[in-house]
Amino acid sequence: MIDTLTLTAEEAGRLLDAKEVSGAELFAAYRAAIDERDPELHAFLHVCDDSGGEGVPIAIKDVIGTKGVPTTAGSKILEGYVPVFDSTVAARCKSHGLRLLGKTNTDEFAMGSSTENSAFGPTHNPWDPTRVPGGSGGGSAAAVSGGLAPWALGSDTGGSIKQPSALCGNVGLRPTYGTVSRFGVVAFASSLDQVGPVAKNVRDCAYLYSIIAGRDENDLTTVEVPVVELPTADELAGVRIGVPKEMNEAEGIEPGVTAAVRKAIELAESLGAKVGECSLPRSVEYGVACYYLVAPAEASSNLGRYDGVRYGLRSDGADFREMLMHTRHDGFGDEPKRRIMIGTYALSSGYYDAYYGTAQKVRTMIRREHAEVFESFDVIVSPTSPTVAFEIGEKAGNPLAMYLNDLLTIPSCMAGLPGLNIPCGLSEGLPVGLQLIGPQFSENTLFRAGHALERAIGFDGVPERLK
Amino acid sequence: MYLGRNVAGISRDEVLHVARLARLELTDEEVGRFQEQLSDIIEAISKVSELDLTDVPPTAHPLEIANAWAEDEPRPSLSLDEVFANAPDRDGDYFRVPPA
Repeated sequence: MIDTLTLTAEEAGRLLDAKEVSGAELFAAYRAAIDERDPELHAFLHVCDDSGGEGVPIAIKDVIGTKGVPTTAGSKILEGYVPVFDSTVAARCKSHGLRLLGKTNTDEFAMGSSTENSAFGPTHNPWDPTRVPGGSGGGSAAAVSGGLAPWALGSDTGGSIKQPSALCGNVGLRPTYGTVSRFGVVAFASSLDQVGPVAKNVRDCAYLYSIIAGRDENDLTTVEVPVVELPTADELAGVRIGVPKEMNEAEGIEPGVTAAVRKAIELAESLGAKVGECSLPRSVEYGVACYYLVAPAEASSNLGRYDGVRYGLRSDGADFREMLMHTRHDGFGDEPKRRIMIGTYALSSGYYDAYYGTAQKVRTMIRREHAEVFESFDVIVSPTSPTVAFEIGEKAGNPLAMYLNDLLTIPSCMAGLPGLNIPCGLSEGLPVGLQLIGPQFSENTLFRAGHALERAIGFDGVPERLK
Repeated sequence: MYLGRNVAGISRDEVLHVARLARLELTDEEVGRFQEQLSDIIEAISKVSELDLTDVPPTAHPLEIANAWAEDEPRPSLSLDEVFANAPDRDGDYFRVPPA
């Protein structure tokens, strides 16, 4: 009997290697879990049939192009779009024998922090279906924590892997910018977008990262990547952990979140880490404002391609311009429209220097501030999200309140740094996420620290209500 | 504290102007709603103007890489049928669109 709620990808691989289960049986177990629980969770936008083979199954966020399998990015404008080629990450998963279970729900074009902006309806949190799973990758995170997939791919622009992992109680890595190819991935903000793994534990997360990372000649922003080391150590001897004051004492962090994170920091110390306070004053104070200028500006350009000509939705119009305007009106939901307009405004003549140009300078300031902290520390830690999972609908009418969910995940994204979320406890019965951030290309350090901490914390990732 | 509150918002005409630039048709109801929401957002993000950024260079890309070239070699590309597979309106080897 396969228990998809507890089985890790590593254990699944071992069962397959030992021929204790067949690929078909394993795939069928996840399909059965999807049939049973996805009507409630709505983690998937599309579910696949067994394509055969003996590999571990995987779920992939619907912004990631998959040949022959619908890819909508959670948008009506791409409803019915079926890619004719694989993204590099999907191709790498395939060549490692990973078999596609389906495409997971996302805020439209990965714009959001709750998955409520999906044109196809929200995903529900496996710990409490009245609450959001986070976003934009709420589908991938809910699938992993709900036992619907052993692991999954997500994408992260300002927190879309880390924050849903925090709210669903699993492990998510936003890799260093440039380590994972975006070829074939629906673009949101190209100087920020990164694909990354979501898993039940740090070792699975590291292994999936090793499959997808590395230079790709089809994405010239990618670079060679250090060899991935699967973590084994139970201690943190010699690891210098910084606790940025502003990220741990920020306005709006719930007391239960602070308590769980403090406990994890004490555990780190008991494992041999050297813990000290540090400061990122301007990164935290100006990060969100900077992000919500840079990301929409890039989005307004990237989303210019949806013109009703080559693929996707086309609405009627008497002439070309009218067709274009109607298509974009009918196809985009409110959040992409808001961001396209903010971005267009920030880039428009007369405002460019004051908004986009200024934001790019703030970005330099954020990079420098982090670089300075990493002269004294190997890893910095904070809560991933200021709050636990909130109620569906609670922030839906207030875009600004929603943007502040990303307060603690955004600064490192602006600096191109890797960040790992691991669960560190419960608050009011809901998971709390610990964010570990390192310098560029320090994934192995994050895996080591995350693994040792995860063993010491002993978080039970199975939602109480599903036991 | 994390978002600014120091400039006037965006006017109805400005909403219509950026929507036109971005080729977005908006209904009257949407113009009103977006005017209010975008005003709040633009006020908030204008917080970046508080900083003294003299002599700070801009960051366009978080990695220190420059001149990443691909070899200029021909490679197989998609077939025409693949290229047109998702086209809303194909006419032979063309995408058909309404008159400009």
